[in-house]
Amino acid sequence: MLHSRHMTRPEMPTNARAAAIEALERAVGAAHVLHAPEDLIVYEYDATIDRALPDAVVFPATAEEVAAVVRAANAHDLPVVPRGSGTGLSGGAVPVKGGVVVVLTRMNRIVEVDAANRIAVVEPGVINLALQETLAPLGLTWAPDPSSQRICTIGGNVANNSGGPHTLAHGSTVNHVLGLEVVLADGRIVHLGGRVADAPGVDLRGLVVGSEGTLGIVTQATLRLVPTPRAVRTMLAIFDTIDAACEAVSAIIRGGVIPVALEMLDQEIIRAVEPRIHAGFPLDAGAVLLIEIEGLAEAVAVEAEAVIEACRASGAREVRSADTQSERDRLWEGRKSGIGAIGAVTPAFYILDGVVPRTLLPVVMRRILARSAEYGFRCANIFHAGDGNLHPNILFDPQESGAIQRVLDLGGEIMRICVDAGGSITGEHGIGLEKRSYMEWIFTPADLAAMADVRSAFDDAGRFNPCKVLPGGHGCATGHADEVARHLATPGVYI
Amino acid sequence: MQPMKFVGPDIPSLADLQNCIHCGFCLPACPTYIATGQELESPRGRLHLIAAVRDGRIEATDRTLTHLDRCLQCRACETACPSAVPYGRIMEDARASIMANAPAAQPTAWRLRALALRHVLARPAMLRRLLALGRLYSRSGLQRAVRGPLRGPLRRLLPARLARLESSIPVLSAPPFRATGTLTRPAGATARVAMLLGCVHGEIYPNMHEATVRVLTHAGCEVVAPPAQVCCGALHAHAGDAETARALARRNIAAFEAAGLGGSLDAVIVNAAGCGAAMKEYGRLLRDDPRWAERAERFAASVRDVLEYVAGRDFAHDLGPVDRTVTLQDACHLAHAQQIREAPRLILRAIPGLRLRELRTPDRCCGSAGIYAFAQPELSAQILEAKMEDVARTGADVVCTANPGCTLQLQAGVLRAGLDTEVRHVIEVLDQSVRAGAGYAR
Ligand SMILES: Cc1cc2nc3c(=O)[nH]c(=O)nc-3n(C[C@H](O)[C@H](O)[C@H](O)COP(=O)(O)OP(=O)(O)OC[C@H]3O[C@@H](n4cnc5c(N)ncnc54)[C@H](O)[C@@H]3O)c2cc1C
Ligand code: SF4
Ligand code: SF4
Repeated sequence: MLHSRHMTRPEMPTNARAAAIEALERAVGAAHVLHAPEDLIVYEYDATIDRALPDAVVFPATAEEVAAVVRAANAHDLPVVPRGSGTGLSGGAVPVKGGVVVVLTRMNRIVEVDAANRIAVVEPGVINLALQETLAPLGLTWAPDPSSQRICTIGGNVANNSGGPHTLAHGSTVNHVLGLEVVLADGRIVHLGGRVADAPGVDLRGLVVGSEGTLGIVTQATLRLVPTPRAVRTMLAIFDTIDAACEAVSAIIRGGVIPVALEMLDQEIIRAVEPRIHAGFPLDAGAVLLIEIEGLAEAVAVEAEAVIEACRASGAREVRSADTQSERDRLWEGRKSGIGAIGAVTPAFYILDGVVPRTLLPVVMRRILARSAEYGFRCANIFHAGDGNLHPNILFDPQESGAIQRVLDLGGEIMRICVDAGGSITGEHGIGLEKRSYMEWIFTPADLAAMADVRSAFDDAGRFNPCKVLPGGHGCATGHADEVARHLATPGVYI
Repeated sequence: MQPMKFVGPDIPSLADLQNCIHCGFCLPACPTYIATGQELESPRGRLHLIAAVRDGRIEATDRTLTHLDRCLQCRACETACPSAVPYGRIMEDARASIMANAPAAQPTAWRLRALALRHVLARPAMLRRLLALGRLYSRSGLQRAVRGPLRGPLRRLLPARLARLESSIPVLSAPPFRATGTLTRPAGATARVAMLLGCVHGEIYPNMHEATVRVLTHAGCEVVAPPAQVCCGALHAHAGDAETARALARRNIAAFEAAGLGGSLDAVIVNAAGCGAAMKEYGRLLRDDPRWAERAERFAASVRDVLEYVAGRDFAHDLGPVDRTVTLQDACHLAHAQQIREAPRLILRAIPGLRLRELRTPDRCCGSAGIYAFAQPELSAQILEAKMEDVARTGADVVCTANPGCTLQLQAGVLRAGLDTEVRHVIEVLDQSVRAGAGYAR
């Protein structure tokens, strides 16, 4: 039925396949296993351009069922790939070597909220926003707020150590996870960390956060909550050029104010998002900064003045303040829809995720834009400027011959620009499939070998999310270009 | 059934499909994803399936068609999508491209559905004969016995599925609305509009039409109903029968032109959100027909939902009090397809004495979706149940909507949930206020 393409592993013999599926059905119940080829096709993607088909998809309801799935996969020598909502931006949930995709969205209970101790215990399939909505009336929040929060899962946030606009003040997910229940590669269910920070012993919790499903499957998480701030001020600073906006970022922080969020949107993004969302971003602006300050009312007022001053001094055309909650929501809606809106103005785009020292933002941005122009691609930028966490998006048409290769080449060069500036190859989207080959740019062979050793200690057979995070690996392609080329053989895969 | 491919002139376009970047933002807005948690029942999943069929990577098997079938075509995903994916159009195109296969190759259920729609909705005589049966049921007292004082024992005799079906039969006691020609010409009228009567609408909800005429009169409009008008074709287009949808569109265009469209007519007024949404797309429907394309564009541009139109006119004078607590279910084809959300609220808020209590998720589909309630009874009932919980929570004694299909579904929901909430079109509530007003002359 399914045109056999980009099956990266030799197709399983029919009877071995049937036996494996039967074992999975015993583990979770036949109603919770998909294996028809025309069903599997909707589990070949996440939010990247990578594609690969699984052999089966299972929907366990408990940690015990997850463990049973893992044991069944071991018995039938199948790779295991955990999946939340599939919004990842580095190919993490794409089953490059086939195998069993374990979807955790049925495990979506908020088990406990202990408001007095500011702790929540949740299953991995809980949607980030659903948790926030439960916490809001209690005056609490879970700090990680990725732009995808309306649909991404806590399990995915933990696995990718996700961040968001408020990471600038609060830090990324790893700072907000106290304990984890994890199913290991041999099917054991273990508890890492606990209900208090700094649990004794080796911090395996810290290892698993950000491991992108390679060390274990998270089946429950104990989260550290923070109180909702007393006062919040959200401002929009409007600039004629990206350069001036970048300067303002440094000026604000030099002035001693650390906003909780400091986001930049350039003109390409503004023109994509404004007609749909009506956030109030001027279409003729070169760039805007979205700045949020929180704290006690008096302090907020003083800091807001300082921010406005710094923006003006850097050449801001105007600084607006959102006075009502609905104005604030509008601005954030504009920000959070920004990446998605790019899809409306281009047949395809390739999103990058790099980090650079904040002070070098203006130079790095200039280099990136110049390089993109030389390649003949438009480049749209929307990013966490306060963290120096860039998201250049290369706009292209996959139907154009050779475009994909050139996009990947440019992507590599942009990553190189970040690394050369003393930065890194991911701020929050993870390494996944897409950035494995860049790992060698920032780590020595010894560094990488140490990571590989840890991975083997957890998963000797390498069945958990193979070909992700670390370069190399048995039967994995060597570079991203090879990897992508292998999965993008047919037209329409960008769709 | 043999697995099949997309064929014909309506194959979903690559440009439309490419807009989808797989971000997943539409998932939490989709009633069928919420109900099932399945990517296969999500907008992103369905778009991917459609793209895969289009590219020949898979053929449309029964399984795949089931996933397309379970889509409500509510278009909540379009509102949620940051990337402007025209989902409704893609799904209609996909269904049309299945139905463009030779009849013998078409999926049986789809063929029967198209046949039924073609021979019932598009044919007033047939429709009226069927509805006469329903009217007999209502007037004989049997319906009242099943639902009324004897409700408990008699209802329990019915098997669950039949009881559910029974609750979907409207009460057909009032005489149908079939008037055509000039319906009202108030002195000093400042606009002349033509009204769509629809296929089932005037038959089962005559009061909505009467209310519409009275409110338009109050708002200073002369109202006509072109006699040659027919069913709008929305359900045919949704079901992939593009051919019948186009034929009906052409007849309507001609009928409304005869009533002055392009000349003395200011607007085509529709009080069924589903019909209005479809008629606003006549331009696209007939884009490849050189003789009709331009006329269809002009027609589409003059279509207004009655709430949108009334909200833009001077309607708030001389309103009388309506002492009710009201909640509002946004009709999907008003909120998502036509992006009209403010008008019904503006109208309800203008009514003295009326208390508006919002639902938690006012723009989530009630599960009606044309004939969906009949084609997918389980899923539809599950979606409806969640809606009724939301309605009950508001404590409202009236739930308002803007579409006869939603009214039918919500009335069934009220019955099943054992509530005594009244279900009304927004225009009926406004009409009540107009009639309670000082200036109203009987
Ligand atoms: C428009 C858009 C905006 C985004 N904005 C941000 C942003 O601001 N900040 C940010 O950090 N990210 C952002 N992302 C990326 C993405 O949403 C996050 O990485 C998110 O945490 C992924 O969650 P998910 O549930 O979709 O996980 P998936 O994509 O399903 O999986 C992601 C990874 O986690 C693994 N995984 C999932 N669940 C588990 C589990 N229970 N146990 C072990 N491993 C698991 C998977 O194997 C995979 O490697 C954005 C994505 C999109 C499309
Ligand atoms: S929100 Fe739009 S772009 Fe994102 S997955 Fe859904 S349809 Fe595609
Ligand atoms: S139209 Fe409605 S049911 Fe269909 S995919 Fe979109 S949101 Fe879901």
